[in-house]
Amino acid sequence: MNDQSRPEPSEQSAILPEPFLKWFAGRGWSPRAHQLDLLSRAQAGKSVLLIAPTGAGKTLAGFLPTLVDLANTPKRRPGQARRGTHTLYISPLKALAVDIERNLGKPVAEIGLPITMETRTGDTPAHKRQRQKLVPPDILMTTPEQLALLIASPDAPRFFEDLRYIVLDELHSLVTSKRGHLLSLGLARLRRFVPDLQAIGLSATVSDPDELRRWLVGQNPPGDMADLIEVAGGAKPEISILNSEERVPWAGHSARYAIPEIYEAIRRHKTTLLFVNTRSQAEFLFQELWRANDDNLPIALHHGSLDVSQRRRVEKAMETNSLRAIVATSTLDLGIDWGDVDLVVHVGAPKGASRLAQRIGRSNHRMDEPSQAILIPANRFEVLECRAALEANYLGAQDTPPLVEGALDVLCQHVLGCACGAPFRADDLFEEVRTAAPYAVLDRHTFDRVVDFVATGGYALKSYERYARIKLTKDGTWRISHPRVAQQYRLNVGTIIEVPSLTVRYVREGRGLAARGGPALGKIEEAFLETLVPGDTFLFSGKVLRFEGIRENECFVSNAPGKDAKVPYYGGGKFPLSTYLAEVVRAMLADPDRWKQLPDQVADWLRLQSEKSILPKRTDLLIETFPRGGRHYMVAYPFEGRPAHQTLGMLLTRRLERAGARPLGFVATDYALAIWSLGDMGRMFRRELPLGQLFDEDMLGDDLDAWLGDSWMLKRTFRNCALISGLIEKRHPGQEKSGRQVNVSADLIYDVLRSHEPDHILLQATRADAAMGLLDVRRLGEMLSRIRGRIVHKPLEQISPLAVPIMLEIGKESVRGDADDTLLLEAEGIIEEAMGPQ
Amino acid sequence: MSSLAHKARQPRDEAIIIAGERVVCDRRGVLFAPELELLVVSDLHLEKGSSYARRGALLPPYDTATTLQHLAAVIDHYRPRRVISLGDSFHDGEGAARLPDIFRNALEALMTGRDWFWVAGNHDPQAPAGLPGDTVGEIHVGGLSFRHEPSATPVEGEIAGHLHPCARIVQRGRSVRRRCFASDGSRIVMPAFGAYTGSLNVLDRAYQGLFDWEKFRAYMLGSHRIFSIAGAMLHPG
Repeated sequence: MNDQSRPEPSEQSAILPEPFLKWFAGRGWSPRAHQLDLLSRAQAGKSVLLIAPTGAGKTLAGFLPTLVDLANTPKRRPGQARRGTHTLYISPLKALAVDIERNLGKPVAEIGLPITMETRTGDTPAHKRQRQKLVPPDILMTTPEQLALLIASPDAPRFFEDLRYIVLDELHSLVTSKRGHLLSLGLARLRRFVPDLQAIGLSATVSDPDELRRWLVGQNPPGDMADLIEVAGGAKPEISILNSEERVPWAGHSARYAIPEIYEAIRRHKTTLLFVNTRSQAEFLFQELWRANDDNLPIALHHGSLDVSQRRRVEKAMETNSLRAIVATSTLDLGIDWGDVDLVVHVGAPKGASRLAQRIGRSNHRMDEPSQAILIPANRFEVLECRAALEANYLGAQDTPPLVEGALDVLCQHVLGCACGAPFRADDLFEEVRTAAPYAVLDRHTFDRVVDFVATGGYALKSYERYARIKLTKDGTWRISHPRVAQQYRLNVGTIIEVPSLTVRYVREGRGLAARGGPALGKIEEAFLETLVPGDTFLFSGKVLRFEGIRENECFVSNAPGKDAKVPYYGGGKFPLSTYLAEVVRAMLADPDRWKQLPDQVADWLRLQSEKSILPKRTDLLIETFPRGGRHYMVAYPFEGRPAHQTLGMLLTRRLERAGARPLGFVATDYALAIWSLGDMGRMFRRELPLGQLFDEDMLGDDLDAWLGDSWMLKRTFRNCALISGLIEKRHPGQEKSGRQVNVSADLIYDVLRSHEPDHILLQATRADAAMGLLDVRRLGEMLSRIRGRIVHKPLEQISPLAVPIMLEIGKESVRGDADDTLLLEAEGIIEEAMGPQ
Repeated sequence: MSSLAHKARQPRDEAIIIAGERVVCDRRGVLFAPELELLVVSDLHLEKGSSYARRGALLPPYDTATTLQHLAAVIDHYRPRRVISLGDSFHDGEGAARLPDIFRNALEALMTGRDWFWVAGNHDPQAPAGLPGDTVGEIHVGGLSFRHEPSATPVEGEIAGHLHPCARIVQRGRSVRRRCFASDGSRIVMPAFGAYTGSLNVLDRAYQGLFDWEKFRAYMLGSHRIFSIAGAMLHPG
């Protein structure tokens, strides 16, 4: 709690109008201190960040300044100009906007306030949007994409002239993505229209609140911050780690061993919320729970790929408390009303302390009662990780990732949007953009390149001047060259890139593609479906399905009850282990005193490791080498998360190849990296290839560039940047795939651009993205500098206990890379084998 | 490096006999008939980038440069006496007129000293403006006939383009899609050569009736060699 200037109860009447006080009193409530605090700061003209746990009355707090202000505004007389929108509410989810409208509608009606509230989302019909522009509601609830569209319209300055507040909900989740970058630029634009606009941010606990405080206000001067109100969490949650009678597996993510115990926990509670990290885990857990469900308890499944109508049904059932358990992938996938959840079960390690806290916060909506949570580690390393997360939770440690600089592809989109709204001067827009916190350090040269990109593509070969989308006119302003440009912009706005996916539709078995499709079950990535052949079975939507085939943009499946799902739906972790938890896990490994807190079987495992090999000190990197089955293995334990290990694996194999070790492959997990080779790496590390040299930071230079260039990860990242920046257009529903030979694929554009203009701004944006995301180069770099001079090599005669989990992963996962040609060769060979030489 | 991976990197092209003529399906996507000293390339789609730019999609203006570089490399390798560009050499009718001078000069340099035939395509039915070479509807050399769009019924010895064939295999739960030569030993549909040209799976209905499926093979373009894949191994999409 921020202890300055908390209003005394006697001051309440001074700021809260009579009807509000009556309303609170009528329900036996009194306004909470942070609600009044926020109100008085807002009335003093401040922007405010409110950090509070779920159940603290955050939403009402966020809207109180609006409601009070509108209550004090005299009614419009006939003939008086209609007032514009007073408050904008932005949420990351359409569903949330709808839900808030409903929840806020209640007090507004009960207090008797003459306030109009409406939502505006992608689903809002065109005639309603049109009407909203003519007759704006007092409170408009919308999404970042809709805000971008509103400010790109020529009448935006007039539409927003009466705007007083902007309320940003779930701010902690908005700011970490490109959506947040787009929103920050939109906010900067709004402040130009309405200089004294106040922002109110609502957020869960984060590791660095000041970042969000800066984000909320114009960075003019740089470093300006919104006021902060922090509400301490209520009762500490009661978290336990399942101490199973069963054997905890060495590897894998299924947690199958714990199903009976999870089921028992569900039976003992009113409503249980089960979180998992990936969709495939959700499907698997749901399936297994129903197998164990002798009492026929209502257990439901909920994740983002399921058909909307199905998700809404589950959410409805949730509201009415008619479910006993629900399996879900993330808090944001879920709708909003939580019913009476009294237990949260987290299956698999939570990967981050803040993520765990946010998920547990979903149970028990009343702040003063402790939430109950059980963590279910799926394998032995996860036992350590769960233990680390549990300790972090008691300490209140937060490990939300630091915010990154604003992405350039998003800026490209925004600049075009601004031009669609009104002609702009480059000087003015540059200053405006820099008031958005993510772009506060943007330099002028880069900005000019962005404008150049928007105009003509920004190519060194200036051949597109006559096709420019925006043009510099004599009066020094940039204008769009044709109304068509604005139409194209509107169709492509936003930063959410959908992975190409197909609708999954039922048909009767064996009817194949000739049949008419039945109901839709949801959507699945094309990349997964492409690996199936008719007859393959897989889990989706809580059912075992048989793949029948693909017709145009639909995938046909039939029911395959009683069969086993043969093809695992790819389920690598979505989130890497956080740096903070990694640190705690390393400390735990190094300190035998702490093993007492671990289940016996896990403590025994570590003890065995210290006998057969060694356990690394907290700051050391352990590398084991051993021969096995005619090959030589090296296992490293950096604990830096799978993306960073993957990148490290790619770079090390290149180096080992050059050094003559003849590496054959590698596999990476969140905890370790294993490489195998024909050459004796153990011997090489002691002689001609010292580990210090192999792990030298210079691998992030040329080696990285050389490998990156051809990597499929970079191509995928480029595609996203090309779509967001407006280089290529999004594919809209109705545009069929049959146009494939006519379209230009992003991969081809990438190859051409890279060979001719490797420094092009979009390639620069792509590399920056990849370094943060899929490759996690930043984290790898930090690790390499941390372990300099601290690498411990342990040559062994055989595999160590600690190495078993990663060794079990070998063969389960293939690393996508240069091996495509090898697969073609196999395909060639298989036929040869079957038919003999021709 | 495993022996398989090593093998996949050994350069190899695939020679087949069509209508009595030996032709080489080159891994870079061109066809070469050694006895006829003839090089065939299809669907260059030059100036596709600027064609898109006219409509507001500002794709990198380097596709023509890339395509011509690749073409120069194979011409330099085979030094053919004749070259056939099998239609859709330019992405649209004005493409040749838009061709920047440096590319026009580069293209003319490639044409010098050899016979050059522009087969008319649906994207470029007229002769390319201001460029040498003969523009033809179709052309016959040896036992082979060359046209842009494949005839609807089987024709022995026909070499065509237009469809931009690609093929897809699934192996160990992974999918690989590549451009390919499509052939049943009687006729060939050539892959598109242009830097920005997409492709269409040989299992698409557009190919229906063109091939004797029993004898069908997709000669898929690898990074270092051609892979000859039987029809039964292929997947749609």
